[in-house]
Amino acid sequence: MSRRQDFKSGIKQAVPIIMGYLPIGIAYGLLAGKAELGIIGTVLMSIFVYAGSSQLICINMLGQNTGIFTIVMMTFVVNLRHLLMSASLSLNLKNTDRRILPIAGFFITDETFAVGSSSIEKYNHKGYFFLGLGLVSYLGWSLSSWLGAGLGNILPELNSSALDFVLPAMFIALLVLQLKNRLDILVAVIAGLLSLLFVQILPGNWNIIVATVIAATVGVGIEKWMGNI
Amino acid sequence: MDGKYLIMIIGMAIVTFIPRYIPLAVLSKFEIPDIIVDWLRFIPPAILAALLAPGILIIEGKLILTAQNIFLIASLPTILVAIYKKNIFLTVLVGMSMVILLEYLL
Repeated sequence: MSRRQDFKSGIKQAVPIIMGYLPIGIAYGLLAGKAELGIIGTVLMSIFVYAGSSQLICINMLGQNTGIFTIVMMTFVVNLRHLLMSASLSLNLKNTDRRILPIAGFFITDETFAVGSSSIEKYNHKGYFFLGLGLVSYLGWSLSSWLGAGLGNILPELNSSALDFVLPAMFIALLVLQLKNRLDILVAVIAGLLSLLFVQILPGNWNIIVATVIAATVGVGIEKWMGNI
Repeated sequence: MDGKYLIMIIGMAIVTFIPRYIPLAVLSKFEIPDIIVDWLRFIPPAILAALLAPGILIIEGKLILTAQNIFLIASLPTILVAIYKKNIFLTVLVGMSMVILLEYLL
């Protein structure tokens, strides 16, 4: 497979991600466009920051007159979970042209990581596969926030939460694909339960980070222990 | 747009980019010890489950495990389709159809 073909495969796999980004991006654009940011600020934030949940939190905090330093710190904490995804992807992108790593890093989101990590193994040019996947997802996010900000008021109001279920359903499919043995299932169950527990007591997105770190550590522990008996 | 918002956006962009890029840049340069590689291999299933569970079960800050939680009910057939068909599109399609159906019924 050539670089070009792997890049194209990445583009194709981004389709469910764009479907999921569209309603969230429009919702973000609607809210942000109405706030002081205006259309330009709304779209610039999607282009430069490209992190949906932190952008929505930012708009919410601006509405409560929060200072910009606090907002930037909050953004850091909310997006710190990408550290784990970036570390995990580094295993796959070891032999990739180093010049594309900053772009690949910029394209890491919950969704591109989920899709990417479940199928990247298959490709020879893993970096180019991830660039294709990331680029289209990025354009989808930026365009949908522009749509929300620019045309928000004339878009028909949708009365169903079916679109809000696109990303959870995609995560279900990808999680199932990731579970290759009983230990993986155990790790996922532990991570899910801990995340539910911590989401109710920890601020920001710390529930995701803490639950993932503990569950992965338990997984390695059990693996070593079973190997030793 | 006020200039302070531009500064805010640049600040947000920098603090978001750093954790996305640094591990990729640093870890891809070195031979990582096996135990860390094993640990990193558990990250995808763990992080997906950690993202998914609150997304389905927490509604407006509350844990809801009853039939009133449409996403919870819709996930059951969605999980079955994911397990037996191993197809992302089909799974998303069934999930969305279930939500529409449940909204209509409930």
